[in-house]
Amino acid sequence: MSLIDNLARLDAATTGRAQPRATVRHRHLSERPLVFVPLITAGETGAPLGALIGTERTSPLLLTVAQPRDRDLRFAFLSRLAEILLPYVESYADDVEAAERTEADPETGKRVKVEVELCADAPQLIVPSRAGIEFVRLLGRSMRFRRTAEQDPDAPYPAPPRVPLLGRWLTHYGERSRVPGSSLLLAMTDLLSRHWATGQSSLEEQHLGALLAWIEAPEGTSGADAALRAELARDADGQLLCPPAGPATDPAFDNQLLAPAIERHDRARTALAAAADGVEADALLAALGAAEREIDALVASRTRPTWDAVWRGLDALCTLPEAPSAVDRWRGDRWSFTGHRDRVAAGEPPQPRVDDAVTAANKLATREREQARLDAQEALDDPLVMAGRRLAGEAFAGEVTDVVMAYSEGRSPRPRPLVTVRTPDRPQLDEGVKAYRSLAGKPQSFQFVAHAPDGGLVLRLLDKMGRGKEPEPGSVPEVGDRLCWTLFEHEQRGGPRLPDPEDTPWTHGGPPRTEPAATPVGERPDPVTPEDIL
Amino acid sequence: MSPAPIAPGQAPFDPGTEAARATDAILRDTLHGAHRGVVVDSPPGAGKSTLVVRAALELAAAGRPLMVVAQTNAQVDDLVLRLAEKNPELPVGRLHSSDPDPYDKALDALPNVRKSAKAGDLAGLDVVVSTAAKWGHVKDVEPWRHAIVDEAYQMRSDALLAVAGLFERALFVGDPGQLDPFAIAEAEQWAGLAYDPSASAVTTLLAHNPGLPQHRLPVSWRLPASAAPLVSDAFYPFTPFRSGTSHADRALNFAVPSDGSGPDRVIDEAALSGWGLLELPARNTPRTDPEAVRAVALVVRRLLDRGGAATSERSPDPAPLTADRIAVGTAHRDQAAAVRGALSALGVVDVTVDTANRLQGREFDVTVVLHPLSGRPDATAFHLETGRLCVLASRHRHACIVVCRAGVDALLDDHPSTEPVQLGVTVKFPDGWEANHAILSRLAEHRVPWRP
Repeated sequence: MSLIDNLARLDAATTGRAQPRATVRHRHLSERPLVFVPLITAGETGAPLGALIGTERTSPLLLTVAQPRDRDLRFAFLSRLAEILLPYVESYADDVEAAERTEADPETGKRVKVEVELCADAPQLIVPSRAGIEFVRLLGRSMRFRRTAEQDPDAPYPAPPRVPLLGRWLTHYGERSRVPGSSLLLAMTDLLSRHWATGQSSLEEQHLGALLAWIEAPEGTSGADAALRAELARDADGQLLCPPAGPATDPAFDNQLLAPAIERHDRARTALAAAADGVEADALLAALGAAEREIDALVASRTRPTWDAVWRGLDALCTLPEAPSAVDRWRGDRWSFTGHRDRVAAGEPPQPRVDDAVTAANKLATREREQARLDAQEALDDPLVMAGRRLAGEAFAGEVTDVVMAYSEGRSPRPRPLVTVRTPDRPQLDEGVKAYRSLAGKPQSFQFVAHAPDGGLVLRLLDKMGRGKEPEPGSVPEVGDRLCWTLFEHEQRGGPRLPDPEDTPWTHGGPPRTEPAATPVGERPDPVTPEDIL
Repeated sequence: MSPAPIAPGQAPFDPGTEAARATDAILRDTLHGAHRGVVVDSPPGAGKSTLVVRAALELAAAGRPLMVVAQTNAQVDDLVLRLAEKNPELPVGRLHSSDPDPYDKALDALPNVRKSAKAGDLAGLDVVVSTAAKWGHVKDVEPWRHAIVDEAYQMRSDALLAVAGLFERALFVGDPGQLDPFAIAEAEQWAGLAYDPSASAVTTLLAHNPGLPQHRLPVSWRLPASAAPLVSDAFYPFTPFRSGTSHADRALNFAVPSDGSGPDRVIDEAALSGWGLLELPARNTPRTDPEAVRAVALVVRRLLDRGGAATSERSPDPAPLTADRIAVGTAHRDQAAAVRGALSALGVVDVTVDTANRLQGREFDVTVVLHPLSGRPDATAFHLETGRLCVLASRHRHACIVVCRAGVDALLDDHPSTEPVQLGVTVKFPDGWEANHAILSRLAEHRVPWRP
């Protein structure tokens, strides 16, 4: 954590109120985000208990699984989830604009520009916390390899239609959320802690209620106290006043309320199955309906506060103007969405269980490039973020005190003016280190020459001065200008082009093989022994 | 793998003979072996660069053109200079980037070194050297039959993936004890895969080609007899190495006697024993702990002021301990910057001050190290990383002086390693916690408490 963040945290702890970490909003927020507040059942990985979902703040849709261990009920839940989520996703698929992309020409192999479609906007999914993102990934993985009766008539347990497709979309969203700065799938706790610092540890900030308590604390009250209440306060029955944002639930809720309700539901179901005649069945069906509604009410009571908290978080974020570069990055998200739309339309198979060597390396390269780009763009968009970089010695701001014209050596001398800057910052400069400033949105390079006798910094201007012998007007800083330089580059270079997966070299195991014999030893199932069969 | 203990009556360990035997075996496998790859593990200062140069020259002499992959431009330039020094007639290509000043100007003086930003211009030369990053952009060329990959343990698996199509077989050389490569983005989802792109190139190579011959250089020519056993035990417990020199071969003397201050006492201790710990009072501090930084600067200042002379096997006469023979190592860049500031305030110039990452592969007579855990309230995985401490503790030919706040041993006990265990990932031994304790307990024997 950087020095300025430590300072903000200390300030927050002292004052009891969240302190800003940004002056602009560094993530794009859709005008119509889909908020998804899922809950899971304790004891079985990835078994959904229910969810609130929707794009309308006042009317979320409630989904519940009355008996989370019942696979049929689980499929019914996933099926309804697909009915809500997929139309939302698909509503963005047809509104497109023309865009250009460089592709290798299939005949000549040359890189040529081709005109392609780019979706004008993309669906955005917001979950309460990082654990929610993990759950989206898990749901995606559990669904995308399922086969529907239509795809495979022999499948023993066919999935309802559209469920595998939902799995592919959730997998795509989960994977995209690993790209730094991406906004297709966002966790509210991450969004809030990017923009505000509280006096809590980063682990505590995973509690949405506590985080919001710090941020929303009215003037004169203590956010720290409110956060503690949000975390710990319980009612007379021992239930948390502010239920955790999930997907995991509070054990007290599980034991005292949920388990008895599920028990009653199970009993009602068993009784119904054993009903002797229609009259008795009608009465038992009503009892089952009542048991289901009871579970619905319980799930709603635990998701609704979180649902409201997510929207309040969105309110808080919308008080900040959107950062200029967030729109650029959102364009990357739109490309990502369009690309997956096209893969689905082209009938490609679901994403593989594990990436092959080339895909993994490409993904890592993209993420590292995006991370560096995000770090640079956030600093350039936001003076408060830049202040943190200045404090860390990675940037400096100051006043130009002197400009001396100079020229490079060689046959055709080029202008290389020497600029002296007076700055109170202490950048980590060594001779020859490059520094960059933003000139009309483009980076202009300087090179550190020496410390001036009066303590200023002497920089040599290297580029963006036009082609002539004299620099173009406006391209050279003038005495009295107050400017900011960074020691990090503003734009990222592309990495090397990796081979195609079918050309994977011998050092990385050669081209990927699909037959089971190629499965690494550690991944093969253990052989069946007599002890396995009782 | 480890050398058999010497039985009574057996010939004693002769470092020169042992090293030559290892080198011969490596060259035999490289030139005449049946495997596509050969891996050489080299402890600090074991003659890795010498081996690379020799292997390159022998391959070239055998009429087999080769490409050499190094990790940084400085390493590439250094290799080209060494190649030209050994064989000025050898046609060498230096493939470089299209940035301004892409290579060391010293290469311009070498008539048989051709420099270009295009691989096509260098086709047909006996040896072509470049960085992994630059090789990654080379395409549409005839693959080389041979390659040498230098610092292969510091190269990431994905960087090897980008260049492996350029050669048929390769010699991989590196130091497994130094810093592992790292990723600045999330790579955890691939942990345990044989081709995890954030793992080291050698890890991936050996996971897919477990039968490749693996060699080890057994002698450190850099580390003095006082340091080799400790570094070997602490960081290479299963692949021990020896010092190429004995205690009598190296000596560090100072013309000016001690003034009794902490820095002078720790200098004397280190000159005598090879290790010194200047211990400041326990305290939690910011990373750029002003007192510790100043203590580091004072030690360097006194090292220079006291007229040091280093006697070694290299020459009969003692060599003066000058600024270019001293280095300061830190964990973080801001610490290095703070030390540079403190040094220039004391009028010291030309002393190398850098982070462990950037000191890898370099050698000095005396190093002054700001302990990575000094003054910290916690011990994170970064600060506990074995490689970081190993680099800092193995750059010196004569003595290593560590500046540290008291209480690091207690800090270590409060923070055992808690990194999650990933399935399929080979656990590295020793872990940083254990290595840190090993080094600390040795340093404690050479402790000079000092209140600045």
